[in-house]
Amino acid sequence: MKTNSKNKASQHVSQNPLSRRGLEEASISIQNINKSYGPVQALQNISLEINRGELFGLIGPDGAGKSTLMRILMTLLFQDSGTATMNGLDVVKDYKKIRKIVGYMPGRFSLYQDLTVEENLNFFATVFNTSITENYDLIKDIYIQIEPFKSRLAGKLSGGMKQKLALSCALIHKPEILVLDEPTTGVDAVSRKEFWEMLKKLQEKGITILVSTPYMDEAMLCTRVALMQKGKVLDVNTPQKLVENYDRKLYAIRSDDMHRLIQDLRSWEKTDTAYAFGQFLHVTGKADETEACEFENYLLKKEHRELQVFDIPPTIEDVFMNMMNE
Amino acid sequence: MKTILYVIQKEFIQVKRNKTMLRMIVMIPLLQMLVLVFAATYDLKNVNIYLIDKDLSSTSRQLASKLDASPFFTINNTSFNPEDGEKELLKNKDHIALVIPQGFERDLIREDKASLQLLVNAIDGQAAQLAYSYANSVIRDFNKNIIAEWKGLPEFNPPYKIETTSRFWYNSELEYKWYMAPGVLAILVTLIGLFLSGMSLVKEKELGTIEQLNVTPIKKIQFLTGKLVPFIVIALFDLSFGLLIARLVFNLPIVGNLGLVFGFGALYLLGILGLGLFISTVADTQQQVMFVTYFFMMIFILMGGIFTPVDSMPHWAQLFDECNPVYHFMKIMRMVVLKGSGFGDLIHEFVALCIIGATFLALALWRYKKTA
Repeated sequence: MKTNSKNKASQHVSQNPLSRRGLEEASISIQNINKSYGPVQALQNISLEINRGELFGLIGPDGAGKSTLMRILMTLLFQDSGTATMNGLDVVKDYKKIRKIVGYMPGRFSLYQDLTVEENLNFFATVFNTSITENYDLIKDIYIQIEPFKSRLAGKLSGGMKQKLALSCALIHKPEILVLDEPTTGVDAVSRKEFWEMLKKLQEKGITILVSTPYMDEAMLCTRVALMQKGKVLDVNTPQKLVENYDRKLYAIRSDDMHRLIQDLRSWEKTDTAYAFGQFLHVTGKADETEACEFENYLLKKEHRELQVFDIPPTIEDVFMNMMNE
Repeated sequence: MKTILYVIQKEFIQVKRNKTMLRMIVMIPLLQMLVLVFAATYDLKNVNIYLIDKDLSSTSRQLASKLDASPFFTINNTSFNPEDGEKELLKNKDHIALVIPQGFERDLIREDKASLQLLVNAIDGQAAQLAYSYANSVIRDFNKNIIAEWKGLPEFNPPYKIETTSRFWYNSELEYKWYMAPGVLAILVTLIGLFLSGMSLVKEKELGTIEQLNVTPIKKIQFLTGKLVPFIVIALFDLSFGLLIARLVFNLPIVGNLGLVFGFGALYLLGILGLGLFISTVADTQQQVMFVTYFFMMIFILMGGIFTPVDSMPHWAQLFDECNPVYHFMKIMRMVVLKGSGFGDLIHEFVALCIIGATFLALALWRYKKTA
């Protein structure tokens, strides 16, 4: 049964000239991947093409299937059906070759906590049959920041430092593709920003980067993003396009009693969605022609004071929230 | 090759930084050799006797003092009521109750025979047997002297008798510690090897480092060799440490070739570590490894003949012991250390350990997958 469905998938690929061309150009090509854990469908028919040199983001909440997809690409997990290639190498058949050309940073800090920074780097360099000096160029910018702590145990580093070390270790063998699973989760805002700057620099060096994140603001920094939810890809586009394509009217509303405000808005028949975004609620109406003054009148009737209602341009988060509801 | 060396080095650094592990490596051999060897002894000492002397004659007192004078027995309590003796047996305070009936001396003189009652707590069958036969021999001796006394002879000797002179080989003084020490050493090596290797692999699983390692081009065999070599070295270090303690503290004679001991030790450890690694490839947490490893250890050690001779086990158990590495190694240790057996005497054990080792290692290699 299993082989049958695999054959079908590959036949499908060869019959379609468009996707075959995609295979040659793409750095990572994912075709109809399915994966279940018992009754739970973690990935449902995922197809994605990631171009060489892209900084591609997988955006989605916990449990969307981002890590599962990455683990399949990293040859750590077998898919139930479908095919995937990394720089033309099949993730099942050519797993040994793939392991030489990819760098991987798992979601959990996975370096030896009882080895020092330098020992960790040396260890992974040796395992990849290379040395720190050989590829020092690539990791120089990052390594310089952690070098003062090179004789400190990895387990004693701060969160941001750990991520930098993990990135250095993932880069030590000069990979063609870099896969990062939620690299900035649990890292402070400054380190997050620095981390993304480093990714941008690596992208400029021609490395294809696939990164997953639950943070919407990071999505804007990617070349293209795939929005994922419950094992499905909702949309793939550049973050700018995704925002442009959002054609609904969006209002920011606040009052002195935010808790009552959100309850009143959600119970009103003309409101479609109301979410808290910082100090404001982002609200859409059922019919897009619902005007700001209608909201205002309704809320004034409900005796909300210090009321503010105004139009705002959407953020990627609004786009995502909107898609999740559809 | 360079990779293997580096993996081994990494493993040693990790052991070096793990204070608990370091302490275990030093403390386990010390404790095992100094405590277990003394504790696990069959030398019978301190048997308490409850005396119920209803006769209170000079003969009965003579018998009692003779028993008390022997190094094995102590007369703990006396009374006239046999039921009191039974109570003490129940409380486990005394091991034997000796009942001397009224008219013991009279019967002995008038009828040339008298009876005694010996109640032995036989919960531990082996100890009871020993206590019984010791007590019996004291009484027999007493009997002989009484006859001699009455007949006015210096000692009673029957006219004919077969003379037996016995010599105990390899352990002429029947020093029980010398028998136990090589066995305890075998346990020591097993414990260290099995736990350290198993823990170290599953720890990588628990901390997730294995995930990072799995995506590297490192070969299975390189990784597993890196896990084997350091722990063989550590376990062999403990073996020599234990041997040294045995030599210094118990004066254990090491008759055989030490090279043979360590050679077989290394071969044995390959199998034991293979088992440890296999268990940890199946398990997900250190807890599971502890549990399963402990189970195997118990079976292997108890069936391996440390306390009880394998020859007196049922046939099926003896067959099972052919696949029990601890059984073979314990035998080798005792044979080489105490008897000075050479390689030629140990071909059977050598083949058995090779097969067992190859099986466990193959299992570990087969089960360790670089994918989840």
